[in-house]
Amino acid sequence: MTQTPTDTPRRDEWPLWEVFVRAKNGLEHKHCGSVHAVDARMALELARDLYTRRQEGVSIWVVRSDQIVASDPDAKPELFDPSADKIYRHPTFYRLPAEVDHM
Amino acid sequence: MLVTELLQTTPDPAAETALTLPDYDPETQAALFRYLLRLGDSVLILGQRTSEWCGHAPVLEEEMALANFGLDLIGQARMLLTYAGALEGKGRDEDTLAFLRYEHEYRNVTMTELPNGDFARTMVRHFLFASWMVLLWARLQSSADPHLAAIAGKAVKEARYHQRHAGGWVVRLGDGTALSHDKTQAALDDLWPYTAEWFESDEDDARLAQAGIAPHPGEFAARWRETVTPTLAEAQLRMPPESPFRSHGRWGRHSEHMGHLLPEMQYLQRAYPGGKW
Repeated sequence: MTQTPTDTPRRDEWPLWEVFVRAKNGLEHKHCGSVHAVDARMALELARDLYTRRQEGVSIWVVRSDQIVASDPDAKPELFDPSADKIYRHPTFYRLPAEVDHM
Repeated sequence: MLVTELLQTTPDPAAETALTLPDYDPETQAALFRYLLRLGDSVLILGQRTSEWCGHAPVLEEEMALANFGLDLIGQARMLLTYAGALEGKGRDEDTLAFLRYEHEYRNVTMTELPNGDFARTMVRHFLFASWMVLLWARLQSSADPHLAAIAGKAVKEARYHQRHAGGWVVRLGDGTALSHDKTQAALDDLWPYTAEWFESDEDDARLAQAGIAPHPGEFAARWRETVTPTLAEAQLRMPPESPFRSHGRWGRHSEHMGHLLPEMQYLQRAYPGGKW
């Protein structure tokens, strides 16, 4: 665990925030990068200035990076490998009747 | 065609013929030309000053924010100067007006040409200026001149963001440490006297107000003060007293700093006349 605990912020560097941008209404917010900022308001403004300069978005979320709970990279084998041979979980596994063409 | 529909990429030499020009009497046309220079030069010169922060901002993220400020301002200048050149009808395009005039021909308000100073000073200046521009652009949206109204419609949104972002910094720095407070207060004290010029007027202003083309500058004095007061109070800053000092950039009489800014800004066009991107 190398994360900096939230209750002892470093004074020489601003906290890191993850930035999520929604490209247009109806789509989901997508992670696009991160910014350093002292608080939520500044994080939103700087995210706007860094990540929406070319009309990339209509909405921004920012989340303190140290608030994100991530899966353990060492647990990759047991978490993700078991799904590798379950091809029946993909819709393309099933042959559709001719009547439901173009699914 | 409106000037806001041009200028997607490089200066358009056909702007003078492409734009639908309103039919004004010669005096109004000349007054509007000078008004467009006053406005266009103010955003041009502040854009130039803001761009000086490239490579020097305190953090990378804020450097991008400042570069965006500069680009917004230069974009506004392009529209205003293109329209000014077309209205004048002497074949001067935006580049000719921006880069090939002499000091006394620039009509920017003096505050825009003052050196950036430290980060606090830059943000105080930007907040004071943007707060004025928000009021001005909002009123110009209903200008009787279709080009000016269209430019204002685009610019008012940019100015609102500038006011918000710079205002945020004024509060953070003013209400920050003792050192940041002192620097912010010093910047406010130094810059404040230069705001009086914004609300001064002459016969051009009277003529354009009469024609419904541009509001009378004096009408913003009280409202501008009301607009900036809450932010300055939140920032724990003391409002400087009124002073009899008046700057005269809008009349072409500049501070000593303008003579140093212009050679750098004009260098490329002077060294490589007609150079294009």
